[in-house]
Amino acid sequence: MKTLQRIQEVMRRDRVFDFVVAKDPLASPLLDTSHGPILYLEDVSVSFDGFKALNKLTLYIDDGELRCIIGPNGAGKTTMMDVITGKTRPDEGSVYFGQRLNLTRMSEPEIAQAGIGRKFQKPTVFEALSCFENLELAMDLDKRVWPSLTQRLNGEQSDRIDEVLQKIGLLSLRGDPGERLSHGQKQWLEIGMLLMQNPRLLLVDEPVAGMTHQEMDQTAELLTSLAGQHSVVVVEHDMEFVRSIARKVTVLHEGSVLAEGDMDTVANDQKVIEVYLGE
Amino acid sequence: MANNKVTDQKKAYQSKVMMLLKSDKGGSILIAFLLALAVVVPVCNLMVPESSALYMPTYIVVLLGKYLCFALLALALDLVWGYCGILSLGHAAFFALGGYAMGMYLMRQVGDRGVYGNPELPDFMVFLDWQALPWYWFGFDQFWFAMLMVVVVPGLLAYVFGWLAFRSRVTGVYLSIMTQALTYALLLAFFRNEMGFGGNNGLTDFKDILGFNLQEDLTRVMLFLATVVCLVLSYLACRYIVRSKMGRVVVAVRDAESRVRFLGYRVEHYKLWIFTFSAMLAGIAGALYVPQVGIINPGEFSPLNSIELVVWVALGGRGTLYGAIIGALVVNYAKTYFTGAFPEVWLFALGGLFVVVTLLLPKGIIGLIEKQSGRFSKKRKIKSKDEALPASESKQALQRNQT
Ligand SMILES: Nc1ncnc2c1ncn2[C@@H]1O[C@H](COP(=O)(O)OP(=O)(O)O)[C@@H](O)[C@H]1O
Ligand SMILES: [Mg+2]
Repeated sequence: MKTLQRIQEVMRRDRVFDFVVAKDPLASPLLDTSHGPILYLEDVSVSFDGFKALNKLTLYIDDGELRCIIGPNGAGKTTMMDVITGKTRPDEGSVYFGQRLNLTRMSEPEIAQAGIGRKFQKPTVFEALSCFENLELAMDLDKRVWPSLTQRLNGEQSDRIDEVLQKIGLLSLRGDPGERLSHGQKQWLEIGMLLMQNPRLLLVDEPVAGMTHQEMDQTAELLTSLAGQHSVVVVEHDMEFVRSIARKVTVLHEGSVLAEGDMDTVANDQKVIEVYLGE
Repeated sequence: MANNKVTDQKKAYQSKVMMLLKSDKGGSILIAFLLALAVVVPVCNLMVPESSALYMPTYIVVLLGKYLCFALLALALDLVWGYCGILSLGHAAFFALGGYAMGMYLMRQVGDRGVYGNPELPDFMVFLDWQALPWYWFGFDQFWFAMLMVVVVPGLLAYVFGWLAFRSRVTGVYLSIMTQALTYALLLAFFRNEMGFGGNNGLTDFKDILGFNLQEDLTRVMLFLATVVCLVLSYLACRYIVRSKMGRVVVAVRDAESRVRFLGYRVEHYKLWIFTFSAMLAGIAGALYVPQVGIINPGEFSPLNSIELVVWVALGGRGTLYGAIIGALVVNYAKTYFTGAFPEVWLFALGGLFVVVTLLLPKGIIGLIEKQSGRFSKKRKIKSKDEALPASESKQALQRNQT
C-alpha cells in the first residue's frame, strides 16, 4: 500500500523535483552577516513518524555571540543542530547562514566548509587515528581528494596542532590512538577538532558531560574566549555550567522556544519553572 | 658530472621508497622476499640444468606467477576493504575484465594461425559465422591499446558503479550485495555467445605475446618477473596512498563515515577514487594472470571467486596490505595442495577456514604473529602511530562485523 502511495506521489503532476529547481539564486559562497545575525532559523519544523521534534522553531544567533540553549531531554536541541549541519532536512521553515547561504540546500561537507563546526553530543573521534591525526583531519586545509594525496603539514601547521593539543591537555597522548582515550578526553579531543576547523559558528552539544569540575571551568573559559571572533551555540544540561558562561539563554521545549533572555530572567520565568519542575 | 646526477636521482628514489616502507616491517620483509624470488626463479629455471636438485620446473614458475597475480588482487581488495571499509564482493569481476582485455590482445596475436586460419577473426567468431570483427574488438591488436583497456575498462566500470552507489550512500551489506549482483550479471552476460567474447569457452589457445612464444620457458619467466614488478610497484603505490592524508581520511571514513562529512570532506569522492584505483589494480592482476594460465573464461566472474578472495584477505589480516598478500599466497598454496591430495575436502576446508578466522583470528595470520612476537618482548611499547594502527583497525572491523 505504502509503495503504491509512493508511486502515486512520484506521479503527481503538480510535483516538482528538487533537481529541476534551479539553485537558490541568492545562494553564494559568501557569508554575509551585515544585518547582525549569523544564523537564522525561521519556523523550522521536523517530524519523525508524526512526532514533532521541532515545531515552528524560530531562533536568531548574532555574529560573535555566545548563546546557551537549555531544555529538558527530548526538547529537540540535538535535532536543531542536525538541521543546521545538514544531517536532517527540515519539513518546513528556512535555515540561513548569514543572509545568503541557504543551509537546507547544502550538503554536510558544504556546510562544514562554509564555516559551521560541530561537536557531537556523543563524542565521535576517529578511534584508529592518533590524537594528532584526528586534529590534522579537522584542520582547515584543502579537503578535496587529489590535494590530500600530496598534502604534507609544514612546520607552522604542525606547531598549530601541537598548540591545540596543549590547550586541550592531550599533548602527552599525541601519538595515542583515539580508542585509548577516556570519555572526558574524547570530549576534549572533539573540542580540539572544532578549534582546528576554525569555523565561524561553533555548535557545541553537551560539552561537559563526563568532565570533572576543574575541566568544566576550563571548558567555560575556553568557550568564552572563543566568543567574539566566533559565534558559539552551546547546548547544555548542567545549569551551573550554563550560569558560568551564559549571557543569553534560550529555553527549548517540545520543539519550540519557550523563553529567551539572560539567565536570571529565564530562571524566574513561570513557564520555565513549570517545565523543569514538571519533568 | 652527468653520472653524478644520475646517482643523485637514484638516491632520491631510494630514499623515497625507504620512506614508504618506514615502520612497515612486514612490508619490507615481503618485498625483500619477492625480490629474492625474482632472482632465484629465473636462475633455477633457466640456468640450472634439469638434472640438478635445484632445478625449478616450469610448471612451478607458472604456479608461482599465478599466486602472485592473486596476491595483487588481494592487495587491491585490502585497500578498499581494510582501509576504506567497502566490502566489495565483486572484485573478481574487475580481475576478469582486465583478463579479458589481455585475452583479446592475445587472441588478435594468433592471427591466421587459428584452426580456421582466418587472419582477422578469432576462431570462435568464424565458428559463429560472423563476417566482421565487432567494433569493440578494434584496437586490441595493439599492445599499448590493450594495456590501456586493462586499466580503463575495470576503472570505468568501478567509477560508474561507485558513483551511483556512493552518491546514494549505499553502504554495508547492501553495497556488498550490489557488488555480488554486478559480478553475477557480468558472468551471465559473458556466457552468451552473442556478446562476442567466446561465450562459455572464453578466450584460449593463445600463441604469443609481443612476438614471444607463450610456451617457452623464457617467456614464462619474463611473465613471472613482470608480475613481481607489478606487485612490488602496486604495493608501494598502495603504501603511498595509505600513508598520505588521503589514507587517513579513508580510515576515518571506515570508522565514522558521517563524522568525516561534518569535517567538510566529500566522503563519496574519496570512496569513489579508492574504489576505482583498486579496480584498476585488480584489472592489472587479471591481465598478468591470463597469459600465464593460457585461458580466460566467464567462470572468472563467478561470485564464489570474489568471496574466496575475501577469505584470503581476512585470513592474512586486513588493513595491513602485506597481510592480504600473505593470505593470498597461503590460501592458494593450501588450495593447490588440497585439490591435489583430497579434492573433495577443499571447499569444506575453505569454509572452515573462514569460520575459524572470523571467530578466532579477527586479525588474521598477521595478528597471530604480532601476538606471538609481542609475548616475547612484552616491554616493547607501541611508539609510533603506524604500529598502533593494525590492532585498533581490526578491533573496529570486528565491531563492524558484529553489527
Ligand atoms: N532520527 C530520529 N528518529 C526518530 N525520533 C527522533 C530522531 N531523532 C530525534 N528523535 C526524537 O526527537 C526528540 C528530540 O530529540 P533530541 O533533539 O535529541 O532532543 P535533545 O537533544 O533536546 O535531548 C526526541 O523525542 C527523540 O526521541
Ligand atoms: Mg541532545
